[in-house]
Amino acid sequence: MVRISRRAFIRQILMAGTVVAGFPAAALGRQYRGGEGMPWEAGQTHTPYYGTEPGTFFTSAERACVDAITARLIPSDEDGPGAREAGVVEFIDRQMAGFFGRGQRWYMSGPWPEGLPTQGYQSQFTPAQLYREAIAALDAWCETNRGGSFAALEEDAQDEILTGIESGDVTFDGVSAETFFSLVKENAIEGFFCDPIYGGNRDMVGWSYVGFPGARYDYRDFVHHDGARIDLPPVALMGRPEWSAAQ
Amino acid sequence: MVQKKPAVDAVLVGFGWTGAIMAQQLTEAGLNVVAIERGGWRDTPTHFPPTIAQDELRYYWRHEMFQETARETLTFRNNPAQRALPMRRWGSFLPGEGVGGSGVHWNGITYRFLPSDFEARTHNEQRYGPLPQDMTVQDYGVTYDELEPHFDTFEKICGISGRAGNLGGTIQEGGNPFEGWRSDEYPNPPLEMTFAQDRFEESARAMGLHPFPAPAANMSRAYTNPLGLSLAPCTYCGFCEKYGCGNYSKSSPQTTIIPVLMRKSNFTLRTNCEVLHVDKHPDGTRATGVTYVDAQGDVFEQPADMVILCAYQLQNTRLMMLSDIGEQYDPVTGQGVVGKNYCYQVMSSVQVFYDDAFTNGFVGAGALSMVADDYNGDNFDHSGLGFIGGGYISCSTTNARPIESRPVPEGTPEWGSAWKKAMRESFLKTTSVGVHGASMAHRLNYLDLDPTYTDAWGRPLMRMTYDFTANDRRMTDFITPIAADIARGMGGREIKINERTGSYDSMPYQTTHNTGGTIMGQSPADSVVNRYLQSWDLHNLFVMGAGAFPQNAGYNPTGTVAALAYWSADAIVNQYLRDPGPMVQA
Repeated sequence: MVRISRRAFIRQILMAGTVVAGFPAAALGRQYRGGEGMPWEAGQTHTPYYGTEPGTFFTSAERACVDAITARLIPSDEDGPGAREAGVVEFIDRQMAGFFGRGQRWYMSGPWPEGLPTQGYQSQFTPAQLYREAIAALDAWCETNRGGSFAALEEDAQDEILTGIESGDVTFDGVSAETFFSLVKENAIEGFFCDPIYGGNRDMVGWSYVGFPGARYDYRDFVHHDGARIDLPPVALMGRPEWSAAQ
Repeated sequence: MVQKKPAVDAVLVGFGWTGAIMAQQLTEAGLNVVAIERGGWRDTPTHFPPTIAQDELRYYWRHEMFQETARETLTFRNNPAQRALPMRRWGSFLPGEGVGGSGVHWNGITYRFLPSDFEARTHNEQRYGPLPQDMTVQDYGVTYDELEPHFDTFEKICGISGRAGNLGGTIQEGGNPFEGWRSDEYPNPPLEMTFAQDRFEESARAMGLHPFPAPAANMSRAYTNPLGLSLAPCTYCGFCEKYGCGNYSKSSPQTTIIPVLMRKSNFTLRTNCEVLHVDKHPDGTRATGVTYVDAQGDVFEQPADMVILCAYQLQNTRLMMLSDIGEQYDPVTGQGVVGKNYCYQVMSSVQVFYDDAFTNGFVGAGALSMVADDYNGDNFDHSGLGFIGGGYISCSTTNARPIESRPVPEGTPEWGSAWKKAMRESFLKTTSVGVHGASMAHRLNYLDLDPTYTDAWGRPLMRMTYDFTANDRRMTDFITPIAADIARGMGGREIKINERTGSYDSMPYQTTHNTGGTIMGQSPADSVVNRYLQSWDLHNLFVMGAGAFPQNAGYNPTGTVAALAYWSADAIVNQYLRDPGPMVQA
């Protein structure tokens, strides 16, 4: 009886969003008695987990819309790769399918009065819900006003709409276009520059583009660079593509 | 049903820097100590080894090592006329959680406050006349001279890399000439500086300022501390603040104290256990222990002869409120003290963009920085300026993690091809001169319990009412242009000034230097704890942390937080245990 209710309780707190990296035991109350030295248990290294597996949240229409938006935010152009080469939409899809999309670690209890600009995110929607609602509203707006879904429009027309959202000229009913746009911007940047294990920054194109050497761990030889360029190929948590047959 | 644990000499609530310091000092004195930590066990080899530590998305943007707002957050408003709403996700500051607390993911900038900072009211009124009525600034009740040995202890535990500017009253070339006297040199020499710091130093010196290397809890060489724990030389990897160090190069409770504690039979740590409140004796003169809930949902009572709150400033303040200890501050009458004098930090910066030179910001360390302290505290004449306090001006190279670090010149659009190109051109050719400004207490900046929103256990969230004050604005308006002058002299193509204007915004990251709420002082009428961090209400209750600061100085708080913890531990061991009772008569 006790055991069952305890299990139910644990399930409840896990659902509520407590940080557990694959091992629910990590979230249980523990006692470490002094005199036994530093705790050590096999198999407890907290390697990355969330967002490293393919996840699917978007419908194909939603995916096309997010792909089109992020390709305008970080365009592929003559200066270098953009969101498309980096796999930004793949990254965002995984994020929306996981705890981030569910708003699982955020405080999401009401009431929900209108917030002030200094009070941050006050949408009742989780990030995934916000994407879903706002994409539907954006595509409906585009159909009505421009005769096609956002993804089907010319790039100039897309830019004009995004600029309109930013300035508050384009708004939707029931969901804040501005809050959505600001979240997409944030997620697009994350997808362009995150470690490739999360599906974005594919082949480290974002890092290579700006000259970031990635997950290196020792620059002692370079401290006295005195303003000269340090040209190091980037390394990710899994190494470099040529180090691994899997890639 | 509440289960009762065997009684102990002392129970610590929270196990970060102050918890580790207290545990070490009290177990050395022979006490039986239990520490109760809300988060989980965390250590270098299992949680942030160098094979996984450099993960910007996970550790910063997905808040791997921070408190979850889903479980508990706070509500925020700029002034009492507004309705406070929950911080649904963190922004301006990032409270830590888990063993080691924020001491795991700090940058390691380890200052001592100035002697005059501890006597802010007396010192400034003597020099400049009465302070404005709404400025509720006060003296700490403890002096720099009294804290000096404890600063020294902490610097040696941490192996701080730095250069003394004032050894026993004698000014030292290359150090901070404005600092309080030091009984000893730093245990390690300064970190090696990069191009950006060199340019800053040159420019500041040309302006007649006194640049020096920031005191850093990043090792400039291999070091073994007085407890026998060894740290490795910093590798300038650029993943310090918001990250654990995989290299044992950053001082943290894990690298400097905890391994020694875990060998002691008179110490016990309980993790994933959250203290719900401090239990009080019916006679109202002392605490009897704490009540906590573990992650399985079982509730326990931990009886103890002493209760020491070692959680983050926000948590300590809230625990005092939830335990109904002391009188809650009322901003209308000015009565009450719990939640009073919430302060923060007033930050601004000036970016420098180079054409040909590479700053290579990824070669960095948390506290790799040259600093000018000429406009901090009362290091300059404030006559006619209309404010007190100041801030240090520094050029740091802590990182170039690209999700966070995206410098672009003035006038660049926020997205599209023009943004992308500007980001590429600037990414490795930018540095920044920062102003780290003090925050002076004001009658209307305070903490209390929210009337509407509750945490995962159904208890009221804390409510923060805060905005920058007239003093803050005059201070930042005066110092930011000086930082801009230094920046102009650093040889770049252009600069971009990021002033601190408008109301405090709870979202853009500024700093996790929240202070006040359980302030220290000289009488129960003006403070929650006395000069030994002992509660005026319950003599066996002690409250650590930056909550004790009556106002915040223009420095990073950890050095002073730690010195106060050692000072308090010393008073407990050498005075309180001999004759338990109030150490200062009200």
